[in-house]
Amino acid sequence: MTTTLAGDVRPPALEPRPAALLLSGVTRSFGDVHAVRGIDLRIEPGEVVAFLGPNGAGKTTTLDMVLGLGRPTSGTVEVLGLEPREAVARGLVSAVMQSGGLLQDLTVRETVHYVASLFPHARPVDAVMEDAGITRIAGRVVAACSGGEQQRLRVALALLPDPALLLLDEPTTGMDVEARRSFWSTVRRDAAQGRTVVFATHYLEEADQYADRIVLVAQGRIVADGTSAEVRALASGRIVRATLPAPSPAVLASLHDLPGVDSVEVRGEHVIVHADDSDAVARHLLTHTPARDLEITARGLEDAFLTLTQERPA
Amino acid sequence: MSTTTSPTTGRRVPPLGGFNPTVLGLELRRMLRNRRTLFFSLVFPAALFLSFGTQSDWDHSVGNGNVAAYVLVSMALYGAALIAASSGASVGAERALGWSRQLRLTPLHPAAYVVTKTLVALALGAVAITTVNLVGVVQGKPLMAVGTWLACGALTLLCVLVFAALGVFVGYLMPGENAMQVLGPGLAILAFLGNVFIPMDESSLVYRIAEWTPMFGVAEISRAPLTGDLAWGAVPNAVGWLVVFVAGAAWRMSRDTARV
Repeated sequence: MTTTLAGDVRPPALEPRPAALLLSGVTRSFGDVHAVRGIDLRIEPGEVVAFLGPNGAGKTTTLDMVLGLGRPTSGTVEVLGLEPREAVARGLVSAVMQSGGLLQDLTVRETVHYVASLFPHARPVDAVMEDAGITRIAGRVVAACSGGEQQRLRVALALLPDPALLLLDEPTTGMDVEARRSFWSTVRRDAAQGRTVVFATHYLEEADQYADRIVLVAQGRIVADGTSAEVRALASGRIVRATLPAPSPAVLASLHDLPGVDSVEVRGEHVIVHADDSDAVARHLLTHTPARDLEITARGLEDAFLTLTQERPA
Repeated sequence: MSTTTSPTTGRRVPPLGGFNPTVLGLELRRMLRNRRTLFFSLVFPAALFLSFGTQSDWDHSVGNGNVAAYVLVSMALYGAALIAASSGASVGAERALGWSRQLRLTPLHPAAYVVTKTLVALALGAVAITTVNLVGVVQGKPLMAVGTWLACGALTLLCVLVFAALGVFVGYLMPGENAMQVLGPGLAILAFLGNVFIPMDESSLVYRIAEWTPMFGVAEISRAPLTGDLAWGAVPNAVGWLVVFVAGAAWRMSRDTARV
């Protein structure tokens, strides 16, 4: 997606660059239901962030507040230093919704024209349709489009204002593997050019592969925030496995005494250590014991997801 | 994006809250594509005029014209009310589809949206009024001065706003196809009570009740240039119902700002 923003050049030294997205102490309650219980989050321009969490974790409520569709009960939300509604009115933030959101009786081209007419800075309709791969179906009535085609139309609508921040709620639902891959390569290319992307997904491998950073929410709070590897390590640490024939009790005790070691297990010729700090375990094994064939593996993101988002007392 | 986007420069908010002719044109096209709406609001009232307006007493004098002219104005009002209500009800249907949510992600101001929808309802009302009147002109039986004819049409158009608001209200109460299934027969009943189809006996009990129904006032107002007579309750009736329907629509709309 080649995009230009005429007259938008400003020397970065004049002012500190505002965060693409800044949430400070955000809560949102619906009567007795506390959907969001205090979220602090700063996302820098150009980051690709996955927003993960079980159903009812507060993901959609949070994304709605970023779009100005709901107001926080307390705390503040800023998009590029602006109030969310201000950012929306300037086309700086847009979103691709999971389903619905289209008029069934308009054609694909009419739908794009409709939304384009509302933005003073809309990108050319034809270019956006080309980017989203819907030029071929431009004359088709929305009701006659497949789920994947409607999703591409929604993507086109979101790209019309050339947003600095793009929110995607389960963006690849209904896409086949090929479409999914090409969608993400487009997103990554945009991010490389400065677009910030925040997406909610339930495909954990998608978060793993395409996000720079994963923010895990559960029960209205952030329970983990970091790279995919960091989040996995947070939940269950790593597993260090090595060949160590007949280890003496003293060797096993020294492993146990290392900081952050959860368990030490001996299986035949192998020793298996669960630890938060796998580096320290590996260093110890290789320098103080005759261990060899060392292997370090992270637990899957799915394990981390389950561990970190399990019900815990509020 | 070759340069970093700066939020406060280079990006404007659209003039007029996003109100623009492209949207207006597309909204009109959508309504004109709906064959069922067109049939019930254009063909059906014209046919009613042709049957009611040709009864034996068609050339009896009424105020500044004749009975055929009286029936013509009434049927134009009925058709225009139906199409305006249907246009209003589409707001609820759009909300159910999630289109309102899509629009909230654009600079379109809610007031600009309401103005657009109102203009669409008025334009469609004008189409219905013009169609029924053209049928009357071609048929040749209605008789009234050109000025009277135009005044009746203009007043009818103004009265259509009451039903556009009713449409929005009902559309929010029961989105989708259900809204028109209630509005279609509902408006027919209101038209009977509003003295739009068949003149009622003014001394009857039904008439006493009918005087309070939503189509009674607007029908009196629409026909006033022809009849040269305006019942004292007509204007308060029309204004009262407009306020009720607008308040109802606003109430339902505000109830769903939590998650649009």
